Amino acid sequence: MGITLEGATGTWEYVIGLEVHAQIISNSKLFSGASTEFGSEPNSQVSPVDAGMPGMLPVINLACIEQAVKTGLAINGEINLTSVFDRKNYFYPDLPQGYQISQFKQPVVTGGHIDIELEDGTQKRIGVERLHVEQDAGKSLHDQDPNASYVDLNRSGVGLMEIVSDPDMRSPEEAAAYVRKLRTIVRYAETCDGNMQEGSMRVDANVSVRKAGEEFGTRCEIKNLNSVRYMQRAIEFEAMRQIDVLEAGGKIDQQTRLFDVAKNETRSMRSKEEAHDYRYFPDPDLLPLRFEQAWVDEIAAGMPELPDAKMARFMKEFGLSAYDADVLVAEQENAHFYEHVAEGRDKKLAANWVISELFGQLNKAGKTVEDSPVSAEALGELIDLITDDTISGRIAKDVFADMFESGKAAGVIVEEKGLKQVTDTGAIEAVIDEVMAREPEKLAEYRGGKDKLFGFFIGQVMKASGGKANPKAVNELLKTKLQG
Amino acid sequence: MSLDKATVARISRLARIATTEEEQERLAGELGGILAWVEQLGEVDTDGVEPMTSVVEMLLKSREDVVSDGGIADDVVRNAPKSAHGFFVVPKVVE
Amino acid sequence: MTDLTDLSIAQARDLLAKGDLSSKELTQAQVTSMEGKRELNAFITETPDKALEMAEASDTRRAKGETGKLEGIPVAIKDLFCTKDVLTTAGSHILDGFRPFYESSVTTNMFREGAVMLGKTNLDEFAMGSGNLTSYYGGAINPWRAKGDNRNLVPGGSSGGSASAVAGRMALGATGTDTGGSIRQPAAFTGIVGLKPTYGRCSRWGIVAFASSLDQAGPMTRSVRDSAIMLGAMAGHDPKDSTSADIAVPDFEEGLNGGVKGLTIGIPKEYRVDGMPEEIETLWQQGIKWLEEQGARTVEISLPHTKYALPAYYIVAPAEASSNLARYDGVKFGLRVESDDLTEMYEKTRAEGFGAEVKRRVLIGTYVLSAGYYDAYYLQAQKVRTRIADDFKQAWQQVDAILTPATPSAAFSADDPPSDPLAMYLNDVFTVPVNLAGLPGISVPAGLTGDGLPMGLQVIGKAFDEATVLRIGQSLEDAAGFDARPEGY
Repeated sequence: MGITLEGATGTWEYVIGLEVHAQIISNSKLFSGASTEFGSEPNSQVSPVDAGMPGMLPVINLACIEQAVKTGLAINGEINLTSVFDRKNYFYPDLPQGYQISQFKQPVVTGGHIDIELEDGTQKRIGVERLHVEQDAGKSLHDQDPNASYVDLNRSGVGLMEIVSDPDMRSPEEAAAYVRKLRTIVRYAETCDGNMQEGSMRVDANVSVRKAGEEFGTRCEIKNLNSVRYMQRAIEFEAMRQIDVLEAGGKIDQQTRLFDVAKNETRSMRSKEEAHDYRYFPDPDLLPLRFEQAWVDEIAAGMPELPDAKMARFMKEFGLSAYDADVLVAEQENAHFYEHVAEGRDKKLAANWVISELFGQLNKAGKTVEDSPVSAEALGELIDLITDDTISGRIAKDVFADMFESGKAAGVIVEEKGLKQVTDTGAIEAVIDEVMAREPEKLAEYRGGKDKLFGFFIGQVMKASGGKANPKAVNELLKTKLQG
Repeated sequence: MSLDKATVARISRLARIATTEEEQERLAGELGGILAWVEQLGEVDTDGVEPMTSVVEMLLKSREDVVSDGGIADDVVRNAPKSAHGFFVVPKVVE
Repeated sequence: MTDLTDLSIAQARDLLAKGDLSSKELTQAQVTSMEGKRELNAFITETPDKALEMAEASDTRRAKGETGKLEGIPVAIKDLFCTKDVLTTAGSHILDGFRPFYESSVTTNMFREGAVMLGKTNLDEFAMGSGNLTSYYGGAINPWRAKGDNRNLVPGGSSGGSASAVAGRMALGATGTDTGGSIRQPAAFTGIVGLKPTYGRCSRWGIVAFASSLDQAGPMTRSVRDSAIMLGAMAGHDPKDSTSADIAVPDFEEGLNGGVKGLTIGIPKEYRVDGMPEEIETLWQQGIKWLEEQGARTVEISLPHTKYALPAYYIVAPAEASSNLARYDGVKFGLRVESDDLTEMYEKTRAEGFGAEVKRRVLIGTYVLSAGYYDAYYLQAQKVRTRIADDFKQAWQQVDAILTPATPSAAFSADDPPSDPLAMYLNDVFTVPVNLAGLPGISVPAGLTGDGLPMGLQVIGKAFDEATVLRIGQSLEDAAGFDARPEGY
């Protein structure tokens, strides 16, 4: 669902393409044996290869390529059995070799697509141009010294997948949905942890604006966005900036810009002002990367169920709504949890409980399913108590709140608090008799044809039973009794 | 192929090698001469010829995904002209 | 006993084995020689203490019965190999003070086989040059001089310091590296044997890179047999170098005396270049005759793209170098010229740290890779390279090896080198095609010019067939009986 922008001269449209850098999950770096672990002492996870020491040579970590192939399959891309590593040459203190080993002309994956769910419930297909593998750079710290920058090479050489979309997105929301969906996919495939705070996923957004139906305008690239929210804001700001420039009769310079979160604006990056000329050429230290289709097939066979397939199954086999299914598959852990709860139970009921009650409480408590105080088994047990009429759905909500608080099992709470539903017709009849005796006028009105009062009597009976009376039994018995 | 001073200035900037105007003048001549000489390669019919990607025909070898290096922070920075607290130190970078 | 500095590796090995000589004695003799011949500027760094320590350790090992292929043999190491804790300069100002915390794979292999390191030899800056004239430490000098001429001559390049050290009897052998002729040309200029193995035979790990797809380490010795011994200790598959060949290293000494009977040797007509001195042509004809006399058959062959080798090389090598040398930026090691501005720091550091030839090549390389020129220059050069390699493949249908002159001339004056870079580049006209095709090539001293300067013949072989190259080299050495030596050394 594209969003348009009203300018002074008419209606403008966003054109957005995203380059997502996703850190590959691996033990060691793309071309060296140093660890990829996050947050260690400066330069402690650096081999001489990662530090660009004289005479050092790269040797590929095939596990990183396997991860890229997995991801490529997960985004419906074409896996290239031959790909080539190129050097991208530029100078920067966090780039110790003076070049980044990347893939330029022959990436490991070409093409592909990702389907995103829009808020109106429809789907949109976003094209993926390519996925290639490259080295991460180190990290420059600018706030340690007023006159100097500090360089830590721990990240230098960590394997990244760069996933480049087509310019298919027409609103910041679509861009956000794309990033979220891609994050879900790589987490399912277990190829990237998707942790944007730690920089495991970073986004460069290419933004331009155009009048509806016109050619694409000149784009600006906003670098290094590390949250979906900031990305949306950056895109919004950048589009407005471009519209202002264009409507004032100016033209957009193709630029690399940085988003300043505090000022909520983008600005040109000084370090990238110079025209780029990366002088790509095949890395002579490496041979072309070739592998067999059989290896790809083996990887494909070992792929876990991906979010789209899972969502389709939840809808088709479990009868869930698109909305519920989408919410449940967004995180693989949630989907697992749900499937565990739903196993052998009413699927829709299970979905309602997981989504409304559990997720609601977890959100409030700032927790995830992984540290949920209520396990899937425990929630399942609670649902069973509803299904076998031990407790009513309303009582169950109280029991659940207690479970979340105390960690006790549902059965124990019901027992302790005496919350068992009353299904004994004699007991219920007694309560009904009591209520009828108390409300002779209402009874007369009902019998005089005021049917609406049936609800009133139900409420009174339930109240008198402390909520424990079985609503179905109450309903039936009350109907008979009220008739007189 | 002759090179002009502006081109020499541009490529020395790309290569991060400071050159004076005089040097640019001299280099324009020298580099232009070399380029003119290598241009004879254009005579070779290379239609359908694959560019050489590896001198010796073999398969790219690979590493196991195990941590086998690192943990040598002192060594990594020991040759650095300037370092502090285990970091390399460079002139302030403005992004 | 003969002078210990005159021993070949094979001779020294036998004396050491018999217990007639200790590595310490042998090493001390080389150290004394090295220290007494500093006028040749063959070494950038002498490591006599380390040498004697290593020699003693070798003698201890030998006493325990542990001996490697180069056990106790003192050798010199080109200062392009990273040596742990020992200054490694690549002949450049920009590596000022650089002491690697790692040891190159080739030197590791050699030390494992018992070799003793005497020091690090002089070279053209980053191995870029054919005269040892571009070294920041001043050029090494050729121990040879022309008859009746007192002028210093270049030892060739880039492995000029190694050549000078071996020819000047300061080391029994030395490592070199060869990107376009940097082992074979200085070997020819100094009357020694130089072998460039097949690309991938020796690991490049820990060797300061010049042009990655062309660089290859090899031995420089005073005899073919010594090269065979030394190569055996240097070579081997290295999992740390993706381009290192995973194939067994044969015993190169075995079959060295097998002769050339039954072999077909190709004589490429394109190697008869304009302006080549008569003496070189004569030497070549002599070489052909020697091989024929020993039972080889020679045939004229054509390597039609030979003339394009040098121009292709002068695109590919500078392009790779421009990228390989980007890491010398004043941040992690070596020289830094301070500035408050990062870009200025880079530009000043690299302007001061690199010499004129290195700058020239980095700039050419930057240019040919830059936007809009890549296809016309780099891509075309790599296609021409395929053509050149195909020429050789074609030839192998017909011949077992190829014989050519090693260089188009003998050593030239250090004071009066060719002023035009292009004229200098022509030194490598016979050696460069071999690098472009990744093949093994050996330069064997085979005669003297009228001025009394050494000249070499080159044998080119099939990929990974160093054994045949060495065998033919041995036959040439036997026939030539080259025993001239530089006066005073």
